Amino acid sequence: MNWVQHIGRQTIGRVAACGRAGVMLFGALFALPSFKNIPLTIRQLYVVGVQSLAIIIVSGVFIGMVMALQGYTILTDYGAEGSLGPMVALSLLRELGPVVTALLFAGRAGSALTAEIGLMKATEQLSSLEMMAVDPLRRVVAPRFWAGIIAMPMLAIIFSAVGILGGHLVGVDWLGVDAGSYWSIMQSTVDWDKDVINGVIKSLVFALVVTWIAIFKGYDSIPTSEGISQATTQTVVFSSLAVLGLDFVLTALMFGIE
Amino acid sequence: MNRYKMELMVGVFVLMTVAALLLLALKVANQTMASDGDTYTLYAKFDNIGGLKVRSPVKVGGVTVGRVSNIKLDRDDYLPVVELTIQTAYSEFPETSSASILTSGLLGEQYVGFEPGFTIEGVENLADGDYIEDTSSALVLEELIGQFLFSRNSEE
Repeated sequence: MNWVQHIGRQTIGRVAACGRAGVMLFGALFALPSFKNIPLTIRQLYVVGVQSLAIIIVSGVFIGMVMALQGYTILTDYGAEGSLGPMVALSLLRELGPVVTALLFAGRAGSALTAEIGLMKATEQLSSLEMMAVDPLRRVVAPRFWAGIIAMPMLAIIFSAVGILGGHLVGVDWLGVDAGSYWSIMQSTVDWDKDVINGVIKSLVFALVVTWIAIFKGYDSIPTSEGISQATTQTVVFSSLAVLGLDFVLTALMFGIE
Repeated sequence: MNRYKMELMVGVFVLMTVAALLLLALKVANQTMASDGDTYTLYAKFDNIGGLKVRSPVKVGGVTVGRVSNIKLDRDDYLPVVELTIQTAYSEFPETSSASILTSGLLGEQYVGFEPGFTIEGVENLADGDYIEDTSSALVLEELIGQFLFSRNSEE
């Protein structure tokens, strides 16, 4: 009967963790907003946003370039290299922009958030804050949370824009696709609401999920060096899986039923 | 890292996002407000519009002069009426002009090809709200194949 008990314990543990995550989110988001936390949020915006810019821009440019190169070799067989622009733009705006940004964000900023909060917990900084009657949810968690939610859609927009420019660099400047058809067919194909706004909505959902997982994993980690390393790994794995799974659901909702 | 520098960098980050969003809006999605300046409206009645869609271009000799702004069915004779929004910069089309639905390339999208007629005395220019009399419909591939098969059968 031991293994049945094991299943039971696992289940209770998971459900309890979900509950704790919800309570933490609620405490961080729906606590009375205090305006002295805005400078803290800007500081976190710097940490998770500005410091992620380099990796986002470099990957954006290269993904755009690779897609233009691959798309060109296939489309040129059908004499349809004019469709390179919409191909690059649509795949970046609809899928690659939000998804790759979320994956990179989980690796670059999510893991750092988990480690930081986990270490704060291990060194009892969170408890000290509570001793000083400062709510760590509002002082530590909320600014990081908002910063993540604000920063990721911005990063995704930059990623898509930079990727389209990278596609232009390879497709138009190097491979000789006509610049006019690259932009004009893109303009007649890409729809503002359907493609751009839906991509931003996707990215917002991913931001919520990735930041939530990252902060909760840190906040709920076992306060030992091993526990923190485990929590950091779990952050990256769980948020990647959640992003990829959610992406399918969101895509089916947004583009599946016409 | 002092606070001024940090806030400066966040400001740069925000500006970059705005620039990227503007690029997406203006250059990629072509979200220009009332894009082509002043426009006027013409109507054309076709027998069959094929795959013509709202926002399909209206071209004169390959130059886009306007867009299809609405497609509806005439309640009296059940023929599709296409509403064309043309830029006022191109407002001097005579009444003898013709519109036909053409396809760009073999499998490309369909557009309205507009052919300006001759300007002779007694012929006025098309004005806002006028109907284009001389129209020719889209070629529907299935109908062509059907006619071809039918004519072959009747020969035998």
